[in-house]
Amino acid sequence: MVCEAWKTKLDTYVDGELVSEEMHAFDTHVHTCPSCASDALARVQMKRSIQSAGKRFSASPEFRKRIQQSIAAKPRRSSLAFGWMTATAALAVLAVVGFATTYKGWQRARTEQVYSEVADLHVATLASSTPADVLSTDRHTVKPWFQGKIPFTFDLPELQNSEFSLLGGRMTYLGQTPGAHLIYEVRKHRISVLIFPDESLPVRLDENSPVIKERSFNVETWRRGGLRYIVIGDASGTDIGALSKLFKLAG
Amino acid sequence: MWMAGVGSQPDSFEELAMPLFDQLYNFAHWLTRNREEAEDLVQETYAKALKGFSAFQLGTNFRAWMYRILRNTFLTSRTGLKATMTVPFDSEDDQSDLAVEPDTPETILMERSSNQLVQNAIAELPVPFREILLLCDVEEMSYREIAETLSVPIGTVMSRLSRARKMLRDQLRRQLQEGSRSPTTATAG
Repeated sequence: MVCEAWKTKLDTYVDGELVSEEMHAFDTHVHTCPSCASDALARVQMKRSIQSAGKRFSASPEFRKRIQQSIAAKPRRSSLAFGWMTATAALAVLAVVGFATTYKGWQRARTEQVYSEVADLHVATLASSTPADVLSTDRHTVKPWFQGKIPFTFDLPELQNSEFSLLGGRMTYLGQTPGAHLIYEVRKHRISVLIFPDESLPVRLDENSPVIKERSFNVETWRRGGLRYIVIGDASGTDIGALSKLFKLAG
Repeated sequence: MWMAGVGSQPDSFEELAMPLFDQLYNFAHWLTRNREEAEDLVQETYAKALKGFSAFQLGTNFRAWMYRILRNTFLTSRTGLKATMTVPFDSEDDQSDLAVEPDTPETILMERSSNQLVQNAIAELPVPFREILLLCDVEEMSYREIAETLSVPIGTVMSRLSRARKMLRDQLRRQLQEGSRSPTTATAG
């Protein structure tokens, strides 16, 4: 591809929105083309300047309080079902059953949402021009990198005599919860291992779930020592299970 | 993006919405360029969102939903109508602006640009370009999330964003040229 064609995609590249293959190809090109490298750098600088300049206005504490009060004062949806003091017992039972069904439905939706978010994290990371903030195959380099960045620590498995290799790691967020994102490879398949404090996640996942399918990815999750481990990738269920097992043994 | 807070209840609008307060206010102030109007806009947004929360579909993007309410509220306000009446969208899908200008020393330009200059340049952009730039570069929304917020296709997000950045560069260049002739005065928001 000639430079002009690359340059039309500069913004998309800098925004991290190119598809994975194009992102890799662009990375390779930027390393060999000073003109595109310079343009990409300029775009990144521009983006940073906008980001810094854009965070400009802050509301007064009084206004924040006013908004908070205005929305906190409203009754919650669940209590609406019980608002009629004259409701009959039968209606109350129906309301409770209805609420339980709604709650279960909500829980299911939340769980699906978590898996969907995890799949997004996995895909977005692999599509990124810098999938890892710490690039190393050495677990004794990767693990200490997280010190002071996340509010917990974890153990990484010994990979000798296994087909897996560690590629690196990065900080990540699931909702508002900070966590560790580790990237492994097995026969050209990239696998993400995400670790979060379990109690901080807004939904209770299974204590120990076998490999399941989520948007065609294989996923395994379990809870151990207060931490939630999620292993996801397009590798086979057997590979996902094997890497999960190594992690369980490491813990 | 999934925005639920730690240990939130299924019906806790407050826990979902309050973490967005600072960024929504910042966005509202950029749109209205006025503190009082920004406060009114945020207040109305929260009131509408609370009212419509029962219809909000769990599992969909809460942040994009809140921004969409804020933006739609702004667009139907007097200031919003006035601000968007004169914006040309003729070449929305014209990709010709996507190419970078080879003779622009952007690195030097950006190094010389102070925060104030960039803020002034953003403030000068017409609303559709200002908002998309803020959503992408300040709020760090993905193209998909922006498309959802603005209710436009992703292709439009890309072309509009590209035009916004080009306009910003032109604006900065103008400001720098003016600045080299006389001191720049801050007029934004």
